[in-house]
Amino acid sequence: MTRRVGWTLAGAIPLAFLAVFFAWPVATLVGRGFFPDGPFTLDGFAQVFSDARTWRVIRTTLAQAAAGTVAAVLLGIPGAWVLYRTRFPGRWLVRAIVTVPFVLPSVVVGVAFKSLVISTGPLGHLGLDRSFAIIVASLVFFNYAVVVRTVGGLWASLDPRVEQAASVLGASPGRVFWTITIPALAPAIASAAALVFLFCASAYGVVMVLGGASYGTIETEIWFLTTQLLDLTGAAALSIVQLVVVGAALIVSSRLQASQARAQRLRTDESVESPWTARRDLGPTILTATVVVGLLLFPIATLVQRSLTTASGLGLDHYANLASTGGGTLSVPVWEAVGNSLRTASAATVLALVLGLLVSLVVSRSPRNEVGRRALGLLDAAFMLPLGVSAVTVGFGFLITLNRPPLDLRSSLVLVPIAQALVALPLVVRVLLPVLRAIDPRLREAAAVLGASPGKVLRDIDLAFLGRGLGLATGFAFATALGEFGATSFLARPDQPTLPVVVFRLIGRPGLENQGMGFAAAVLLAVGCAVVMGLAERMRPQEAMTW
Amino acid sequence: MSTNPKGRRAAVAALVTVTALALASCGGTPAASPSGASTSSASQKLTVVTHDSFNLSEEVLAKFKADSGLDVTFVAPGDAGTVTNQLVLTKDSPLGDVVFGIDNTFAGRALAEGVIAPYAAQGLPAADADALKADDSGRLVPIDFGDVCINADTAWFEANGKAVPATLDDLVKPEYADLLVVPNAASSSPGLSFLVATVGAKGDPGWVDYWTQLKANGVLVAKDWTEAYTVQFSGSSGKGPRPLVLSYSTSPAFEVVDGAAPPTASLLQTCFRQVEYAGVIEGAANPEGAQEFIEFLLSPEVQADIPGQMYMYPAVTSTELPAEWVQYAPLSDAPFTVPATEIAEKRDGWIRTWTSTVVG
Repeated sequence: MTRRVGWTLAGAIPLAFLAVFFAWPVATLVGRGFFPDGPFTLDGFAQVFSDARTWRVIRTTLAQAAAGTVAAVLLGIPGAWVLYRTRFPGRWLVRAIVTVPFVLPSVVVGVAFKSLVISTGPLGHLGLDRSFAIIVASLVFFNYAVVVRTVGGLWASLDPRVEQAASVLGASPGRVFWTITIPALAPAIASAAALVFLFCASAYGVVMVLGGASYGTIETEIWFLTTQLLDLTGAAALSIVQLVVVGAALIVSSRLQASQARAQRLRTDESVESPWTARRDLGPTILTATVVVGLLLFPIATLVQRSLTTASGLGLDHYANLASTGGGTLSVPVWEAVGNSLRTASAATVLALVLGLLVSLVVSRSPRNEVGRRALGLLDAAFMLPLGVSAVTVGFGFLITLNRPPLDLRSSLVLVPIAQALVALPLVVRVLLPVLRAIDPRLREAAAVLGASPGKVLRDIDLAFLGRGLGLATGFAFATALGEFGATSFLARPDQPTLPVVVFRLIGRPGLENQGMGFAAAVLLAVGCAVVMGLAERMRPQEAMTW
Repeated sequence: MSTNPKGRRAAVAALVTVTALALASCGGTPAASPSGASTSSASQKLTVVTHDSFNLSEEVLAKFKADSGLDVTFVAPGDAGTVTNQLVLTKDSPLGDVVFGIDNTFAGRALAEGVIAPYAAQGLPAADADALKADDSGRLVPIDFGDVCINADTAWFEANGKAVPATLDDLVKPEYADLLVVPNAASSSPGLSFLVATVGAKGDPGWVDYWTQLKANGVLVAKDWTEAYTVQFSGSSGKGPRPLVLSYSTSPAFEVVDGAAPPTASLLQTCFRQVEYAGVIEGAANPEGAQEFIEFLLSPEVQADIPGQMYMYPAVTSTELPAEWVQYAPLSDAPFTVPATEIAEKRDGWIRTWTSTVVG
């Protein structure tokens, strides 16, 4: 009985957080759209859906999100192999670099990609400007790390002996891969795909910059209708469409995960990694190197180059300027913004980790009845929603819900880490859950039979296996919080800006000095992210026993 | 399975505590007190709502805080449109005490929705107030202004042996085909300003025909000012392909390198005058503090700080301007204008028509 109370409480705390800071604001704002002048009406829907533009926007959103997801998954799986199952010198560096795009503000990435492909850019002759391909490339740029890390996290703890046994018994490498490895990884792949799809479906700035004005997405339309027209009825109709799309993606993903989830043989030591060998690893390595160098480093290099370009050639002037307020464009020196970013991101990380751990532990239980299993499935999906719902809807929803005591938080600094945690939380769950689900329940049962208390089982089995996942999740959560801009920009405090806000400001001003400083600040953000991720990688779990 | 409720409860309690601590610590400073609370300390707090380009020197702001003794909180939720619409949305429980950054493309909306309380500012000379006013009700106080104009990469035109265009009509001539880039009127405030400039110049609905010609002449629509100016424009550090861009009349002053004449110029016959206003928010918890803040914005220190910080001209026109502005950032002597009330009434329709005409 007490056990049940304990688990219910463990689920209730994060759920209450989600309800107050997400569901309530969103439901209230969308609700206003249904009652524009008092009585309930669906006129807004009729108007929105009779517009041909709406359907084009929905098609564009689905097409780019689907293509972005497929491309990121196909390229990410070999990347996960190379970076998490083989050992080679400098691997930590590559792992860190891969995550950098994840924190770069989309305004900077938009500028970097666009500068490459416009007619005067280095890739101008390829005619990629305003093409579907370049949009997909930018989506892969942002989301490659999601696949590599989510899949890699599980792959790194899969016991290789099953595969070894199969190959000793005569299975070809291809057969081993398709019949053993891929099914074992399926939960993580489905999990990563769902995340990437949500990120792609709600991508905002980059798609419009690269694709041109006619590439409007559901997200850009909601932004326009809400912030510029305050047409809450039209925005509500599109928000419902967004929820349906996101909900459908989550259902597909959770079905896939449920049908494939099974206990795996997991290990927490490093024996699963083997030294890099050309015969086995050359193919995936070439592919991964191409992605890392061509797709990730090339645009980042243009940022670095622009951060070093001064009026008199190359130099570090813009970096030196970071110590100042850039001749007045900023209210505080960039170093102060770095401090603000680190503070809020740390708070957001703690919040996301604690709540994410609770959610993962609860969702990874296996209730004996169908109702329980369904409830956990819903709980899991609920925490993914903040990724797929427009930051504008959440931000405007805050204004009309968290507006009276005791929760008048509208001008409070507390909202910034809370908003960041909402976005980071699903990533934490996505990293931890596949690992927890793969733990053989017999392990827990055996421990319990042998007299271990539930607390001890939790600590010595669940948490021990989670060790490496926790390192990854921490890094991920921190990077997400550091780079989060959508929700943060609504809550921005001009006198206490975060680093992405500073980048946004500087890039939005004329003159070489402002621009150069903006790019230098973006490079700083990228380096900071790489360092954090590198450190998180090194967090090693205490060794756990395996069978 | 055996159970150990004590251990479990302790673990849960620990997690609850950590969550609570995380929530409590993440602010660093105390959360804002409930606005509207009738405690005596309420008058000591001031919440200032601004657009996301708001910026003043740290010393100037610090001086205001010290002189007024107010505990000032700034919030900057977005551009002028976002700020205005948020004020409208939160009419019943105001977002703050004073707003800065509503411009004349959104002023009509703020006034019509009654979200601004009357206040006659002391610090603004009558002539300046009259020249920049949004309407006759004296609610919105002009703080700064600037001209949104086409900028030309004069070096490019020289190198290509073409005359620099001067007027809106020049822009639709075949010799200037495929040279212009403008930000999207639906997703960018300067983009919207230029749309309104064409309404002022060509009338309504004459502007639709003008944009049809611009489109036929190969105008490129960028997502926002940043893409237009820093990526597509050939005269900025981005070295893009297009030598004509929509920006501000002050932009050339920021392309000055080592005191030499800038490689760009603004076309002063293509401008829309953007005025930015401040106002006391209707229902403010601290209206006296709000008025004090507006007077502060009109004070000589802030007015002199505005060009360098916000790239706009101070509303108090007797304020001394930076030297390079005098030389390279001239104002248009005949900007196009459209009354704020007309903009308020028709803006949404114009943007929709513009989108279907130009973007498709």
